[in-house]
Amino acid sequence: MNAEPVRAGSVRAGKATGDVPPVHPLWLRLTHWLNALAVVLMVMSGWRIYNASPLFDFRFADEITLGGWLAGAILWHFAAMWLLVVNGVLYLSINTATGRLWRRFFPLSPRGFVADLKAAFHGRLSHADPRRYNTVQRAAYLFVILDLVLLVVSGLVLWKSVQFPLLRELMGGYEAARYVHFFTMAALVGFVAIHVAMALLVPRSLLHMIRGR
Amino acid sequence: MNDRQKRMCEMEMGPEQPDRRRFLRGSLALGALPLLGGCSVSDEPIVEKALLQVSRFNDRVQAWLFDPEQLAPTYPESMITRPFPFNAYYSLDKVPQIDGERFRLQVGGRVADQRPWSLAELRTLPQADQVTRLICVEGWSAIGKWGGVRFSDFLERIGADLEAQYVGFRCADGYYTSIDMPTALHPQTLLTLTFDGQVLPARYGFPLKLRMPTKLGYKNPKHVEALFVTNRYPGGYWEDRGYNWFGGS
Repeated sequence: MNAEPVRAGSVRAGKATGDVPPVHPLWLRLTHWLNALAVVLMVMSGWRIYNASPLFDFRFADEITLGGWLAGAILWHFAAMWLLVVNGVLYLSINTATGRLWRRFFPLSPRGFVADLKAAFHGRLSHADPRRYNTVQRAAYLFVILDLVLLVVSGLVLWKSVQFPLLRELMGGYEAARYVHFFTMAALVGFVAIHVAMALLVPRSLLHMIRGR
Repeated sequence: MNDRQKRMCEMEMGPEQPDRRRFLRGSLALGALPLLGGCSVSDEPIVEKALLQVSRFNDRVQAWLFDPEQLAPTYPESMITRPFPFNAYYSLDKVPQIDGERFRLQVGGRVADQRPWSLAELRTLPQADQVTRLICVEGWSAIGKWGGVRFSDFLERIGADLEAQYVGFRCADGYYTSIDMPTALHPQTLLTLTFDGQVLPARYGFPLKLRMPTKLGYKNPKHVEALFVTNRYPGGYWEDRGYNWFGGS
C-alpha cells in the first residue's frame, strides 16, 4: 500500500539497486528544490518590499533581504513569482495525476496526528520506511501546500487588485490582503525552519531528497 | 499612513537613488551571491538584464490582464484618508508653485489639434469626480477624491490617434512618465483639476494631475505641463530606474 508502484520512468532510475524505485521520483526532487529556490528568493525580496512600508513596528535587516532597494526587490519578487507558480502548478498536477498525493498524504486522522506528535516528542517516531510519511508530516506538508496557495492568491490581489475583484473581496479588500500575505509568509517561514531542522535531525531524508534513495 | 511609514517612503524613494543600470548594486553582494554560487560579481549585468527582461514580459502579461471594462472600486466620501499623504521624491518645500493664470497645457505628438490649453478652458469641459484608492508601489494605500476631465474625452477632443501605443507626460517638477493607450482610455482615468472638491492643492499636483485608479501611484503624474501621443516607448522617471513600466493595479 505504501510502496510506490514501479512505473516505466522509475525502472531505469532504480537500476543501481535492483527494481526498488527511488524514495522520491526525479520530478518530485526537481520541483522540491526549484520550490526551495523560489521561496528563498520570494521571501528575501518580499522582506525588502515590506520594509518600504512596514505593517508592524519592525523592519527586516537589510542583510537578509534581496534587491538592494525597492525597485530591485520588486524585480526579483515579480521574476521569482513565475518560477514559484509554474513549478507549483507542475508539482500539484503531477502529484494529483499520478495519485501520489492521495497515497502519501492520506488518510489523515486527528487521532493519528496526536499519536504521532506524542511519539515525535518522545523520540520514538520511526523513520524506518522513508516512503511512509507519519501523520504529523502529512499534516505539515498539506498545510504548507495550502499556505503557499493562499500566499500566491493574496499576492495576486496585491499585484492586480482591480483586475481580480472576486479574489480581492474574498481577501477582505486590498488592505486585508496585505495582512493575509504577511501572515501566510510568516507561516511559510515557520514551516521552513521546522522542516530544515527535521531534515538535519534525520540526514538520511536529505539524501533521499537529493539522490532519490 | 503614519509618520513612521512616511519616513520609510522617503528613505526608499529618497534622494540617494542609485543611477540607472546600477540599481541592483548591493543586492547581489548581500543576498544572492551565496545563493547563486558560481555567479561572480562580473555577472551582475547579466542578472540585471534578465530581471529587466522578465519585467518587460510582466508588462505584456499586465496589458493582457487589463480589462478596459473592469472598474476600480469606489468608496463613500466618509472613507477618504485624511490627511491624504504627500508623496514625491522630494520634500514638501520643493513642491513647484505654478501660476495658474499663465499655465498652458502643451499637447503634442500624434494629435490633430496641438493648441495649448488654459485651465479656464479645461474647466469648461464636462467634469466628473470619483473617490478611489491610490495604491503606492511601497504597499501603502490611501483613498482620495479627484475631479476633472475624463481623459478619453480630452484625447478625443484634441484628435489624438487612439490607435497609438503610448501617452507620455512631462511635469513641472522634472517628473515624467508614460502609459498605455487602453489605460488612457479607461473610463476612470481623469485629467484632474480638483482634489476633495477644491482646486487641486500644490502638494497634490496643481494645476493638473493624471489620476488612474488602475495604476500604481508613481504612474499618476502631478504638475503635468505637457502630454504627447506616440508609438515610441517614452519610459519614465522611476521606470528608467527599474520600476515596472506598466505598473498596473
